[in-house]
Amino acid sequence: MNELDSAIILSSVVAGAAPIVLAAIGETITEKAGLINLSLDGSILLSAMAAFMVSYQTQSLITGFAAGALTGAAIAAVIAVFSIYLKLSQVAVGFVLTLMTRDLSYFLGNPYSRIHGPQVLPLPIPFLKDIPFIGPVLFQHNITVYGSLVTIGLSWWVLYHTSQGLKLRSVGENPVASYARGIRPHHLQLIYAICGGLMVGLSGAVFSLSAKPGWGRPQGAEGTGWIALALVIFGGWNPVKAAAGAYLFALLQVIGIYFQGWFPSIPAQVFQTAPFPLMIFILVLMFASQQEYVMIRAHDRPWLKSALRFFSSSAPTALGKSFHQQ
Amino acid sequence: MNFLPFTQKPLVSAAIGWIITLISVWAFTTLVLLAAGAPPSNAYYHIFLGAFGSWVKFGHSVKTWIPLTLCACGLLYTFRIGLWNIGIEGQMIMGAVFATGVLRLGAGAENEILFLWLSFPAGLIGGALWAVIAGFLKTKCGVNEIFAGLGLNFVAQGFILWLIFGPWKQPGVASMSGTETFPPALWLPQAFLLNVPPVGILLTIVALCITAYMLGCTRIGLNLKAIGNNAAASVLFGLHPGRYMLLAMIFAGGLAGLAGTIQVAAVYHRLIPSISSGYGYLALLVVMLAGFRTGITPLVSLFFACLNVGSIQLPIVLQLDSSLSGVIQGSLVLSTLGVHAWRKGRAAS
Repeated sequence: MNELDSAIILSSVVAGAAPIVLAAIGETITEKAGLINLSLDGSILLSAMAAFMVSYQTQSLITGFAAGALTGAAIAAVIAVFSIYLKLSQVAVGFVLTLMTRDLSYFLGNPYSRIHGPQVLPLPIPFLKDIPFIGPVLFQHNITVYGSLVTIGLSWWVLYHTSQGLKLRSVGENPVASYARGIRPHHLQLIYAICGGLMVGLSGAVFSLSAKPGWGRPQGAEGTGWIALALVIFGGWNPVKAAAGAYLFALLQVIGIYFQGWFPSIPAQVFQTAPFPLMIFILVLMFASQQEYVMIRAHDRPWLKSALRFFSSSAPTALGKSFHQQ
Repeated sequence: MNFLPFTQKPLVSAAIGWIITLISVWAFTTLVLLAAGAPPSNAYYHIFLGAFGSWVKFGHSVKTWIPLTLCACGLLYTFRIGLWNIGIEGQMIMGAVFATGVLRLGAGAENEILFLWLSFPAGLIGGALWAVIAGFLKTKCGVNEIFAGLGLNFVAQGFILWLIFGPWKQPGVASMSGTETFPPALWLPQAFLLNVPPVGILLTIVALCITAYMLGCTRIGLNLKAIGNNAAASVLFGLHPGRYMLLAMIFAGGLAGLAGTIQVAAVYHRLIPSISSGYGYLALLVVMLAGFRTGITPLVSLFFACLNVGSIQLPIVLQLDSSLSGVIQGSLVLSTLGVHAWRKGRAAS
C-alpha cells in the first residue's frame, strides 16, 4: 500500500467518523452529568430526517442543521424531565423513545425518500490542504468534519479545564455533595442532557446532509446510535478517548469495504457487525483490568500495567441514579 | 399542579389517569398524521379495518400475537430479576436458525413429522444458548446486559445473512428473499377459519400458564423477585443472584427461541433475513405497558399485534409508511409510564 492509498483511507476514516464523534461526545457529556440517553439510535434518525426535510423545504443548510440539533435536544429534554422530575427509569424511557423516534422518522420522512436535496459542499482549507499526507487526510473535507475535530478539543477543554466542567462532573459523581456546595444538580443535569442532545441532533444532521446525504428507509445511520453508546463506555467517559474509538470504528468500516472486495459472495452487512463483538471483547477487558488477580499479576509486568491503565476506567458514580432533592 | 384529583379515590384516580393517557396518545398521533398530510380519521379507520376487517385479517393479528406473547412471557422472568434483556431479538433469531437447521435436515427424510417436532426443542435450545452467552457476560465478565444483548443481536443478524448468502443459499442464486422453502410436510398445520397454527396458540397459552405459576406460586419466582428488588439483601439471605440471572435468561431465551421456531415453521416456511420482525423489541414495550404483570401481558400483546397488522393497510390505501403503529405503541407506553409516575408522586406527597 503506497502513501496515496493510505492517505485516501485515513481521509475517509476522518470523514466517516465525523457524525459518530459528535454523537459519542454528546452522550459522554450527558452521562458525565449522571443521565443516560439511551435513545441515541432513534434520536439520530429522527434528527437526520428533520434536518433533511427542513433543509429541503427551505433550501438552506443552516436551518437544516438547526432543525436537527433542536430535534435531538427535544428528545433529550423528554428523557431528562421524565427521569429527573417524574423519577422514571432512564433506561425504560430511553428505550421506548429509541423505537418511537425511529418509527416516527420513517413515518414522517416517507414523502422525502430517495429525493435529491441540499448537501454540504467540500471546503478545503487554503495552504493547509497542500501539506503532503496531512493535507488530504485532515484539511480537504467539508465544514462538518472540521466541526467534529474542533468538538473533540473543545469538549475536553470544557470538561477538564473550566469551572462549568468541574460542576458538571461533580453532579455526575456525587450530586448530594454538589448540592451541599450550592450547585443545583437537577438544573445542571437538565441543561447538560439538552446540550448532549443538541450534539446528537447535529450528528443526525451531519448524516443526512453530508455523510450519507438524503433520506430513505433505511437511511444508513441505523445502528450508529448504539455504536456511539458503546463508544462512551469504550472511551471510559472521556471525550477524547471516545472520539478515538469513533475513528477506530470508522477504520473497521473502511476495512470491511475492502474485505467485501475480497469475499464478494458475503453481503456487506456481515462485515458491518464486526465492531459489535469487538465492543463486547473490550468491555470484558475493561472489567478484567479492575480485577484483583489481574492487578497482582501486573505488579512485575510493566507492559501489562500500562495496558491495564489504558483499559481501566469507571463510570460516573451517580450515573443512572436519580437524585432526590429535598 | 393541584388541579387533578389524583389522590381522592384509587379507582377514580386510575380512571382519570387512563383518560389522560388515551387523550394524549390520540392527540399526539393525530398531530403526527396531520403533519404527514394524512386524514387522521381515515387512517384510524383503515388500521381498524386492517386488523378486524375479515377473519383472515384477524388471523394475521393472532399469528403476530403468538411470537409477541412468547417473547413477552420470557421477558417477564428477566424483568422480575431486574435485567434488561434487549438481547431477546437475537435470541429469537437464533431460535429460528436452530429450527431451520433441523427442518433442513428433515427435508426429504422419511419421517418428516419427527423433524417438525424436533425443531421446537432445537429452537428452544438455540434461543437459550444465545441468552446464556449474554447472561455469562453479565454475571462473570461485568458486561452490562443491554450492551451484551445488543452486540449479540447484531451478531445474530450478521450470522443469519451469512447463512442465507453462504451455506444455506437457494440453489442457483442467493437472495434477500431467504433460504429455500421447506416441503409442505414440514409446515406446521393450520386451522381453516383463521389460518393460524393451533399448536402455536396452544404453546403460547401453556407458556403463559407456566409463567404465571412459576412467578406467582414457586420459590424460584419469589427468589427472582427478591433479587430484583434488592440484590445485596438477597446475598445475605443466601441466594446467588448470578445463578438466578442465568436461569431467568435461559427461560427468556428459550421462549424467544420458540417464537423464532414458530415464525420459521408456521409463518414463513423458510429462513428470511428479517425473521424476527422486531417482535423482540416490541415485546419489551408490551411488558412495560402491562406493568410487568403476567395476566395483562397477553391482552396488551394482542392489542399491539392488531396495531401492527392493521397499519400494514396504510401504505396500500393511503401511501403512508406502516411505522405509524410504532409511533402509537411508543407514545402509549411513554404516556402510561408518565401518568403512572405522576400519580405515584401525587399520592406520595
